[in-house]
Amino acid sequence: MPLFKKNRYSTLRGAARRGIPAGLWLKCKGCDGVIYRSRLEENLQLCPECGYHYPLTAQQRIELLTDKGSFTEMDGDLDSVDVLDFAGTGIYSEKLKASKKKTGMTEAVICGTAVLDEQRLALGVMDFRFLGASMGSVVGEKITRLTEFASENRLPLVIVTASGGARMYEGMLSLMQMAKTSGALAVHAELGLPYIVVMTHPTTAGVTASFASLGDVIVAEPGALIGFAGPRVIKQTTQSELPPGFQTAEFLMEHGFIDRVVPRPELRRELSLLLAYFSGALHCENAAAAV
Amino acid sequence: MPTILDFERPIRELEDKVSQLQSFSREHGVDVSHGVKVLEERIAEAKQKIFANLTPWQRVQLARHPDRPYPRDYVERLCTDFLELHGDRRFAEDRAIFGGFARMDGRAVMVIGTQKGRDLKENVRCNFGSAHPEGYRKALRLMRLAEKARVPIVSLIDTPGAYPGIGAEKRHIAEAIAVNLREMFRMHVPILVAVTGEGGSGGALGIGVGNRVLILENAYYSVITPEGCAAILWRDAAKAPQAAAALKLTSRDLADLEVVDEIVPEPLGGAHLDWDQAAELLGEALKRHLAELTRIPVDRLAPTRYARFRRMGILREG
Repeated sequence: MPLFKKNRYSTLRGAARRGIPAGLWLKCKGCDGVIYRSRLEENLQLCPECGYHYPLTAQQRIELLTDKGSFTEMDGDLDSVDVLDFAGTGIYSEKLKASKKKTGMTEAVICGTAVLDEQRLALGVMDFRFLGASMGSVVGEKITRLTEFASENRLPLVIVTASGGARMYEGMLSLMQMAKTSGALAVHAELGLPYIVVMTHPTTAGVTASFASLGDVIVAEPGALIGFAGPRVIKQTTQSELPPGFQTAEFLMEHGFIDRVVPRPELRRELSLLLAYFSGALHCENAAAAV
Repeated sequence: MPTILDFERPIRELEDKVSQLQSFSREHGVDVSHGVKVLEERIAEAKQKIFANLTPWQRVQLARHPDRPYPRDYVERLCTDFLELHGDRRFAEDRAIFGGFARMDGRAVMVIGTQKGRDLKENVRCNFGSAHPEGYRKALRLMRLAEKARVPIVSLIDTPGAYPGIGAEKRHIAEAIAVNLREMFRMHVPILVAVTGEGGSGGALGIGVGNRVLILENAYYSVITPEGCAAILWRDAAKAPQAAAALKLTSRDLADLEVVDEIVPEPLGGAHLDWDQAAELLGEALKRHLAELTRIPVDRLAPTRYARFRRMGILREG
């Protein structure tokens, strides 16, 4: 033990320390730089330095993509049930309760109708904070009802995805939601209605292998992990190194799977433009210009 | 050398005793019929006892039994004039899924099945029954041919799951499965599905959207493998037996959840003990359902298929 022990770092004590709220700063996952948290919030949850996309909550996403006050939620009263009495680590109903408390949401997806630049749409937004936005009976039912509503009302459908896949705690009932949602989309597609998917980090497994991959147009946020199997499982199964950038939005665009990688600040404008292209709103202007 | 599972051992030991007794009788000209009779009664008793009380994990082991008949073995026994059709017309021929026109009970069908291998060489060819995107795309191509030919589709499933590999991801296995799910809902021919062994999650569902979905008694169908579930929950794949129980993946559980329409019985002790009888039992169910499905008006096939899946899910409202 040294005789004169000196702290290696100076520390704040007492009053001075109490004045600094916890979590004021954070270290960026993208560039390792230090970000002032309030700057992140002003900047759509993007790192001001490197543009790393931090997740948005479903509520924030709805605010970003719709006209103020235009969103009306549907089926907000559907509740998940521990049908299997799932005997795992912890109790499913407790996990649901904790997720509800944490997010203020009733389930991992919010669905409803909204208006974006005077264009009406059916909108579903998933929130990864709620049990990894996994799809059980309720998520599948809400997506299905939303799609059916869009079909009945001849509306374009937009789904913002993020998900760890089918929800294990509801076993095969979760897997069946993949079929159910895809079946609803078959009807929507047959009516000639547009379906746009916005993939956000991470969109994987059962959700990627069902409604998320069925968009007429699929866009993704930069750096989003998108895939069927998780990278760890692939590495373990194949015993090989994964290529650089594997399963990122950019990688998928290079391999022809998604239409565009769209940075968040552009997302609202691009979505609005896409809806306008599909609705025919832009045809008249062209015709007028031609005359 | 047949594989013997732990819980099959008491039966095998009794059976060995019977054959020992019989060879002793042949060598020494002694009448052992009484002893054999007693042993055979004990075998029947042991079988009843063991197979009436299998744990979910034991069922999984039976479903994966290396001597279990695979879809192609059923096709050989149940179909004539099988005309296999290869390739997805896009990238490759995936041997993990096979299919083609065939006649079943005199009726023309399009049969599609997954394929596992019996030895390493076969398994290299068919990738242990785990399909790449090409397998699903081939299946869809063949289903469209079935529509053109107006013949029912019979899909036999025994796969551990779709392949989690680099090439599979690069060529969008998730998209291949998703498109199959959507397109199977649009088919105007009957689709009859039977899970004969392993129903490995999305890899099974990718050719599993049927008007009817049957499952063999000892087959399983699960959202995730028990090992995968155990690795996530307990960070220990050795906890697979617990996971198998939690997932409710046995034929009985799935019938209770109304995820499957009928359980097809297997020979006592499992399909691997008597392939011909297993095929006969499956054949009976397939023919019966095909006869029923072909009576449904063509324009009702897609809507009733959707209605079947539309009601899946259990939740609370309000």
